[in-house]
Amino acid sequence: MIDWALIAESLPAYWRGLQVSLLLMLISISASFVLSVPLAIARVSRNPWLSKPVFLYTYVMRGTPLLVQLYMIYFGLAQFEWLRESAAWPLFRNAWFCAWLAFALNSTAYTTEILAGALRQTPNGEIEAARSLGMSTGAIYRRILLPSAVRRALPQYGNELVMVMHATSIASAVTIVELTRTARDVYYNNLAPLEAFGLVAVFYFAITFTLVGLVKLLERRFLRHLQPKSADPAPVRA
Amino acid sequence: MTEIALKQASETREKLRVEDLRKSFGAVEVLKGVTITAQSGDVIALIGSSGSGKSTVLRCLNLLEKPNAGRIVVSGEELRLVPDRRGELNAADPVQLQRMRARLSMVFQQFNLWSHMTALENVIEAPMQVLGLPKDAAVARAERYLARVGVSHRKNAYPAHMSGGEQQRVAIARALAMEPEVMLFDEPTSALDPELVGEVLRVMRSLAEEGRTMLVVTHEMGFAREVASRVVFLHKGVIEEEGAPAEVLVSPGSERLKAFLASSLK
Repeated sequence: MIDWALIAESLPAYWRGLQVSLLLMLISISASFVLSVPLAIARVSRNPWLSKPVFLYTYVMRGTPLLVQLYMIYFGLAQFEWLRESAAWPLFRNAWFCAWLAFALNSTAYTTEILAGALRQTPNGEIEAARSLGMSTGAIYRRILLPSAVRRALPQYGNELVMVMHATSIASAVTIVELTRTARDVYYNNLAPLEAFGLVAVFYFAITFTLVGLVKLLERRFLRHLQPKSADPAPVRA
Repeated sequence: MTEIALKQASETREKLRVEDLRKSFGAVEVLKGVTITAQSGDVIALIGSSGSGKSTVLRCLNLLEKPNAGRIVVSGEELRLVPDRRGELNAADPVQLQRMRARLSMVFQQFNLWSHMTALENVIEAPMQVLGLPKDAAVARAERYLARVGVSHRKNAYPAHMSGGEQQRVAIARALAMEPEVMLFDEPTSALDPELVGEVLRVMRSLAEEGRTMLVVTHEMGFAREVASRVVFLHKGVIEEEGAPAEVLVSPGSERLKAFLASSLK
């Protein structure tokens, strides 16, 4: 039988866990988006001194598990005495900072590849048109390449947001009491696995559902130009 | 003194001069020294079979392709060029190149409208970014030119929602909004369905009648005959024949032009 009383009783704890998970996700995706825009531009650059290091970075980050990356940052770096004696140590001793750093760096790698792929798909003619009208390289990136690439990347980026959301559960491995850690605590204290993990699954599902809905709204707003003709607003008569 | 004044006067009449333009793709030399001069109000039709290099001439003028040799002069201002390691010419000063490009706006075969922007946004973009026009002035200008080419009613539509003819007319409005000295048309009707060609040619004809200086790469012999002030026939990277359409198209001198005209009138 499902212990509804236990579920009701532990809801406040889950609520706090939810807030922690959402906060972790928000600070991670904000940092990764800001970082991945310049990295994606470097990634598609014809200059190998720019594109190769970024490729190496995304290759390594995408080729190793996030949990390992988090362990390396939180436990591994602490072995270096110079780091422990440096001014940065209070940061690296902090589980929140390490989790944020690991998630942001990991998500940056994926987001960079998504954006770089979208940048490469820009029709060459659109770039030529911009050049032929005298637009500078900076203006072409700012006005043509990035706006169209970010729009094109939106569906895939939505998946990445969901992946980051689910990945925040890994923060439970470094003492952060987010949703998954809350569920594990409830399980240990009551030995009620179905209630503890079933409830957390419902929470994750609700967040995922909301995220997907938000991305769909953004797509409807920003991908109007790719929708079938019937979605076109009635022509304005001049 | 008078000589300088005369020179300046002649230079303001002369809108575009390209001298001894050469271009190779790998080992293949596609342009072998092409010289074209356009006076103000000239409509020059560049004709020739595919592979003759006529589109390459146009694309070298604004450095979308880097020529291997040649001089490009727009209204008396010469584009400063320096060779790179591969022997291709690059602009010595990117700012000068941007300024020259803004004065030579181009209309492409595939329209090349920015797909994430509406027709109006496509037309106001370069005047705001390149000419520094404030938004309200750019919008007023864009609406004027969209009306000029007859697509005002589509100003809020995205390119994917317009017909080819409408897209090409928006692209012409986008080029017009730069108020360029010379307009370059690169086979503007070749990608259009036959029933849409007429609407674009009509717009181009009316622009020619306004006295605009135009360089048109085209397969439309009717347009060349009726609208162009001069026809340039390019064959294998050299100008084989040029002159008034009445002479060149009606009584071609060379066998090659005769053969080309015979095949294109079929």
